Amino acid sequence: MANVASINTTAAAFDAVADRVEGPAGPRPRRVLSRRNILLYGTLILVSAYYLLPLYVMIVTSLKGMPEIRIGNVFAPPLEITFEPWVKAWATACTGLNCDGLSRGFWNSVRITVPSVLLSILIASVNGYALANWRFRGSEMFFTILIVGAFIPYQVMIYPIVILLREMGIYGTLTGLVIVHTIFGMPILTLLFRNYFTSVPEELFKAARVDGAGFWGIYFKIMMPMSLPIFVVAIIIQVTGIWNDFLFGVVYTRPESYPMTVQLNNIVNSVQGVKEYNVNMAATLLTGLVPLIVYFLSGKLFVRGIAAGAVKG
Amino acid sequence: MEAVNNSVELRRVSLNFGSVEVLRTLDLDVAEGEFLVLLGPSGCGKSTLLNCVAGLLDVSAGQIFIKGRNVTWEEPKDRGIGMVFQSYALYPQMTVEGNLSFGLKNARLPREEIANRVARAADILQIKPLLQRRPSELSGGQRQRVAIGRALVRDVDVFLFDEPLSNLDAKLRAELRVEIKRLHQQLANTMIYVTHDQIEAMTLADRIAVMRGGVIQQLDRPQNIYNRPVNRFVAGFIGSPGMNFLDGRMEIEGGKPVLRLADCAVPLDRYGFADAPADGRDVVFGIRPEHVSANSGMDWPFSASASVEVVEPMGSDTLVWTRVGGQPLAVRLPTERAPEEGDTISIGFDPMNASIFGTDDDSRL
Repeated sequence: MANVASINTTAAAFDAVADRVEGPAGPRPRRVLSRRNILLYGTLILVSAYYLLPLYVMIVTSLKGMPEIRIGNVFAPPLEITFEPWVKAWATACTGLNCDGLSRGFWNSVRITVPSVLLSILIASVNGYALANWRFRGSEMFFTILIVGAFIPYQVMIYPIVILLREMGIYGTLTGLVIVHTIFGMPILTLLFRNYFTSVPEELFKAARVDGAGFWGIYFKIMMPMSLPIFVVAIIIQVTGIWNDFLFGVVYTRPESYPMTVQLNNIVNSVQGVKEYNVNMAATLLTGLVPLIVYFLSGKLFVRGIAAGAVKG
Repeated sequence: MEAVNNSVELRRVSLNFGSVEVLRTLDLDVAEGEFLVLLGPSGCGKSTLLNCVAGLLDVSAGQIFIKGRNVTWEEPKDRGIGMVFQSYALYPQMTVEGNLSFGLKNARLPREEIANRVARAADILQIKPLLQRRPSELSGGQRQRVAIGRALVRDVDVFLFDEPLSNLDAKLRAELRVEIKRLHQQLANTMIYVTHDQIEAMTLADRIAVMRGGVIQQLDRPQNIYNRPVNRFVAGFIGSPGMNFLDGRMEIEGGKPVLRLADCAVPLDRYGFADAPADGRDVVFGIRPEHVSANSGMDWPFSASASVEVVEPMGSDTLVWTRVGGQPLAVRLPTERAPEEGDTISIGFDPMNASIFGTDDDSRL
């Protein structure tokens, strides 16, 4: 009897709760135009406009003919869309003696970027892996020296490297430039990889050792397949960094092998004749296209990798 | 020089990290087919010791023998050990089958041999349906089974477990505990098992080594560790709820040893002293809550009346906190016989079940 009574009480109490209709229930209502939202989206729109407006002007200008540009209305959309400036920027614009446009610089940049990126990432990832998992005597010291290297201004090292490359007989060649890019990418990339590999559970590494995998076995079969995000981050950092590099390109190569950025500068800054703004804009867009595409294709992985690698140090 | 029936032997093993001594000249023999549990609080060096046996850490001094072979300088893979880790440590990008066969592929075993061994391990651990899955698609218990399987396929003499059940919830832990015990019966391999969980230690072990500060405090059968702890640390570490400790003074009255507390005396003539008891020595008297009875109506060598201060129901049992000689004393009683707070009860115990430690070096008298 006592049991039945207690069950009844519980049921009644439950009903009482269910019947209470008035008063707040469920998710709290949110107003769309709250002060918070206005502030948030207002700021976002403002900042986006600040960054996108120059891009808009560039695209619009690059699609106009010169007569239309001379009218001076920079924000107006083109009345007559023409791709002439793009073609000219790519194929026939003159830099110094050559008149084959940016295409030469583009292929030079590809020839510089691809080996530099691959080589630097390959070496740095092994560096980071060794520093994170195979501590050796003096490994902390080695790491510190490497990191300090990242803080020394490039300008200090430019001339010594010129001499070094000259003595090695590769001054002015693409090989020399690739080596320079690889070396200068080392500190930041090693740091990136070391931090990422440190965040991989140590027991995984131990298990692989018990399973008989050696230094390279663990690197290729365990660590590398686990580290796609950080490799993507490294690729993005290196591709954009090396593609956008101007200083090393202009110092360590000869005019016939100038990278795209140097050539762009030469096109835009050439003083003879009229300034062809539409061609300049098209050339600039063409040069910036590669990093832009890399970002768009790998944005998601980039964020994931940065978050995974950067937090833990 | 070493006896053949010892599976693992440690001879004066030390390990220092800089100036920190993690293991101090440690000797340990593990018999063939024995299940040895290394038990201790975190930081006592138990996992470090296991890593040294596995070859994942180099010892600073001493020698390690496995199956009579000096493996002190050998690589982990050459020591004839398999290891199971707390975090499972499964290779995330490989299937279960890949995980199991990774070590065998590294050892360049023939393909059919690998398939046979994987199939056998999967059979023993009942993970056959999982072979093509990835670790991320497995539950915690399944992952740990795969991790055990990875040690199993290696066909080794010695299994090393590094807190394998600590990441699992209580129910799964109990299930897998039984499974590990069954595995040991089935395989009869030597197993060294590190844990901080005394229940695991008590239930699984043939022998337990209780460690503290890189030193083995006591190495004995679980029952002896429980009933006759060699020092106060072991006494306090083993048993839950923990042992009661009463500070008192030992005196000889009429030729018989007596423990003198603030307002009462406990006769100690039934206690098995290791050496002849000394008069006037400060001691710590330890008695487990389950060895104290309340309102039993029996004639105990020591009894007193005490008031109940706090009652902690634990389900099947209830822990009752009283006070004897001005010092707190917990009594473990069946819940149906538990008194209420404020009651006065008559407690009694037999000093034969107690442990007495000297206050000078905390060791058992």
